[in-house]
Amino acid sequence: MGMEGIGARVARKEDKRFITGAGRYTDDMVVPGMKHAAFVRSPHAHAAIRKINIKAAMAMPGVIAVLNGKELKADGIGNIICGWMIHSKDGSPMNMGAWSPLATDTVRYVGDAVAIVVADTRAQARDAAEAVEVSYKVKKAVIDPVSALDPKAPQIHPEAANNLIYDWELGDAAAVDAAFKKAAHITKMDVVNNRLVPNAMEPRAALGHYDKAEDHYTCWTTSQNPHVARLVMSAFYNVAPENKLRVIAPDVGGGFGSKIYIYPEELTCLWASKKTGVPVKWVAERTESFLTDAHGRDHVSTVELAFDAKNNMTALKVDTIANLGAYMSLFSSSVPTYLYATLLSGQYKIPAIHANVRTVYTNTTPVDAYRGAGRPEACFLVERVVETAARELGVSPADLRRQNFIKEFPYQTPVIMAYDAGDFDASLDAAMAAAKYETFERRRSTAAKKGKLRGIGMSCYIEACGIAPSAAVGSLGAGVGLWESAEVRVNAVGSVEILTGSHSHGQGHETTFAQLVADRFGVPMDSVSIVHGDTDKVQMGMGTYGSRSGAVGMSAIVKALDKVEEKAKKIAAHLLEADEGDIVIENGELKVAGTDKAVPWFQMALAAYTAHNLPSGMEPGLKEGAFYDPTNFTFPAGCYICEVEVDPETGSTEIVQFVAADDFGNIINPMIVEGQVHGGVAQGIGQALLEGAHYDESGQLLTASYMDYTMPRADNLPSFNVSTTTTACPSNPLGIKGCGEAGAIGSPPAVINAITDAINNNNLSMPATSGKVWAAIRSA
Amino acid sequence: MYEVTYHRASSVSEAVKLAKAGEDSKFLAGGMTLIPAMKTRLAAPSDVVDLRHVKEIRGIKVSGKKVTIGAGTTHADVAGNAKLVRVCPAICKLASSIGDPHVRHMGTIGGSIANNDPAADYPAAMLALDATIITNKRAISAARFFKGLFETTLKDGEIIKEVQFTAPAKCGYAKFPNPASRYAMTGVFVAKGKEVRVAVTGAGDDGVFRAKALEKALERKFDASALDGVSVSASNMMSDIHASAEYRANLVVVMAKRAVAAANA
Repeated sequence: MGMEGIGARVARKEDKRFITGAGRYTDDMVVPGMKHAAFVRSPHAHAAIRKINIKAAMAMPGVIAVLNGKELKADGIGNIICGWMIHSKDGSPMNMGAWSPLATDTVRYVGDAVAIVVADTRAQARDAAEAVEVSYKVKKAVIDPVSALDPKAPQIHPEAANNLIYDWELGDAAAVDAAFKKAAHITKMDVVNNRLVPNAMEPRAALGHYDKAEDHYTCWTTSQNPHVARLVMSAFYNVAPENKLRVIAPDVGGGFGSKIYIYPEELTCLWASKKTGVPVKWVAERTESFLTDAHGRDHVSTVELAFDAKNNMTALKVDTIANLGAYMSLFSSSVPTYLYATLLSGQYKIPAIHANVRTVYTNTTPVDAYRGAGRPEACFLVERVVETAARELGVSPADLRRQNFIKEFPYQTPVIMAYDAGDFDASLDAAMAAAKYETFERRRSTAAKKGKLRGIGMSCYIEACGIAPSAAVGSLGAGVGLWESAEVRVNAVGSVEILTGSHSHGQGHETTFAQLVADRFGVPMDSVSIVHGDTDKVQMGMGTYGSRSGAVGMSAIVKALDKVEEKAKKIAAHLLEADEGDIVIENGELKVAGTDKAVPWFQMALAAYTAHNLPSGMEPGLKEGAFYDPTNFTFPAGCYICEVEVDPETGSTEIVQFVAADDFGNIINPMIVEGQVHGGVAQGIGQALLEGAHYDESGQLLTASYMDYTMPRADNLPSFNVSTTTTACPSNPLGIKGCGEAGAIGSPPAVINAITDAINNNNLSMPATSGKVWAAIRSA
Repeated sequence: MYEVTYHRASSVSEAVKLAKAGEDSKFLAGGMTLIPAMKTRLAAPSDVVDLRHVKEIRGIKVSGKKVTIGAGTTHADVAGNAKLVRVCPAICKLASSIGDPHVRHMGTIGGSIANNDPAADYPAAMLALDATIITNKRAISAARFFKGLFETTLKDGEIIKEVQFTAPAKCGYAKFPNPASRYAMTGVFVAKGKEVRVAVTGAGDDGVFRAKALEKALERKFDASALDGVSVSASNMMSDIHASAEYRANLVVVMAKRAVAAANA
């Protein structure tokens, strides 16, 4: 490891521009002649559109156009799609209702877009949007996912009877039933996973520019995956063929999943640009973000865990209803199925598992992947039921876990996943030691003397990152492959450009990817640039989500670096009149091993481009590309321990200690990894203690601003104690597992296990607000 | 935000004149409520008259136990006033607990009490301290000034110039903040002067109020223990997604105890 190579705690290259306000975001983009858009949105959760009267709006100053869904349809623009086909257990395909980018006859949630207004200024567009008169016939709405399945509930889409999208199962129901019949102990719980609003710092935005002369579209947008956006907009929404559509995702201020999807707004801005002849920019207001960014979680489940007389887990049974909101967002169908039920084995040897998942439409904001996506929901079920079982069985939660840990790898779970590597004892030991778990009871007594209730809880999570391989996900219904691409361009002066299909929106790729090159070629990081986020520069890519950019994105870079290295060595061997097999790359030089004969990296690069003296038959230049398709998911795992003090008078919870011991495989930049854990744990604590979207019965979002939606803040959080244990991932060349989501996945059950331990009442839902905790103390 | 005409006043009388000329004018103090409401289009005044540059309504005077705080004084200035902290530390503590540093350097005491947000901190202090609100037209006792949610006895064209009160022998403030907004989910100000006064903000369904049962108990003994076993009814408490009426009723007693403990400390 050098100062800048793999394993070095290099400060992030991108932070200078971010913290000095010099980042370039979509709203910073200005195109000559650009105008501004505002969307007319439904104030009702469920209503028929009777009439749209644009007369008053068109008469307002600066207004260029008011366009509706019928005009959009007439131009052949397609409906928004869900890109992952799930079949119900009876073999029927999921019941996908139509999602028109601008609603034509029915609105299905508060915020549903009805029309776009284009005007000279943003304020004029907003004023005119308010002046568009939409006459609605209000219908009854259904918000709660369980009630939505009631045959008497309002029907949201004609395609989905009883609002059921699919009724899916995974695992062996007969084996589970047999095991439950023989069980010595069964722990059963009802568990709700609360709905969350992503709240990326940068709101969504889009700038659509149709160039009439070139018959070409450019879309600047807040995307985590600009190539997928281009693909979907070309193949499904009929905006333009890919060669006539450029999508650019410049600096993006946070995504957490919410910027994976292709939303109505960017599509409509592109179409409106062609329609009006002017570039059209839209930037969400914060309220629009609350209302229209895809939400996360929202599961209602029952979980049952069976044990034999020796406390060995024998079977797990799960029944889940997942709320997908008013429309099926891009990957919504995969989240409560293949990203959820496949992780229900947790870190444990459970011979039989069965999960049944029903997804439903409700008159709420669409729900899709949000940091963790399915895995937090699975982890919360498993780690709550295991902790509860330990309490019921009267054994230590650590011992019960340890006894049931999977200890041999590879391990085939009963729910598709084949864990390739791990050491769950190691992370449990590390976390318990860091948390001083053994002396907890002393701290509990000390707290009791101050009148505080102290509790401790743990969570041993496992998750799956770098979703792959493409052929496997394709067989499970995915509409895309999940590989990644990279291109390495060595310039004539030896500087290096890495073109990647990954997209950085907070992850620090400009740093970690450059570290990879610095490590390999011994060139300074400053001479390495990372190019991403532009479909005109990078040929194709799948983007960044699911903690895939390390395991998949960097693996593609490694493959391309391998090819560059091979050619570079050939050139150096030729220049040094040595054998290619004797060339080593060290400290920016290509050397003949064991001699002082060397050619500097830049000189080799120059030789490649002057082409005056290359091996016979070699093409000039030094540029290589690669596509990498992983052989398996990766399986980050770890143990989190949370210690809390609850004030019994107010029910308020203070997290006095939070320990994370993670196994992320090999690590490129420990500082960035720690930052990811800090952020993920903060979001997980947010879910456990503070965050939750609330709708009233009519479908109005009550938590549509920071006055009512509680984001975690610094003073809600302790100083985290984070560490790692390492088993290298055998499924990719760098041995990386991924770290982006683990914190948000592993932490919620640890927090709730700690609070329920403190207050001696296991009946506590998230977010565990002070009022709920106070009521739980009183009913304990 | 809708289009609005901005006026900067340099005196109270000029502010009144400017406001009168507008069709639907609003006075702007710190803007910590009005500006966000305008930005989200929930408020749409035709004109705003900025009082932040009216020097005559800024500043703090302490003379013996007599305290006068200009309406335009920011929370940060109240929180950090050395003379005030000696005679009435609880009001300084209260001011230091409002919002965040940005809010405390913009928001003013006059703006807060004129808005009478049912979860704002200052109304509890004004009521418990039996303060007098001096406007450009009259003097109004705090008891008469606050009327329900976001309502006061202020009339059109009436501007708060200052608040006056006599610092009590002892006073304390304890607040349980709403986790999202950090306004008071329940805030209790206790003052022990000639009598004990306990004022509650954030909890009541009709805004700030005096908790007479708690006052009675504390008249007997001004100690947190005097409130052991005392409860307040949940029937007039606010209930929302953050807290039930029962929970707020509990917080009233708990915060009152903590406020008394702070007053005695």
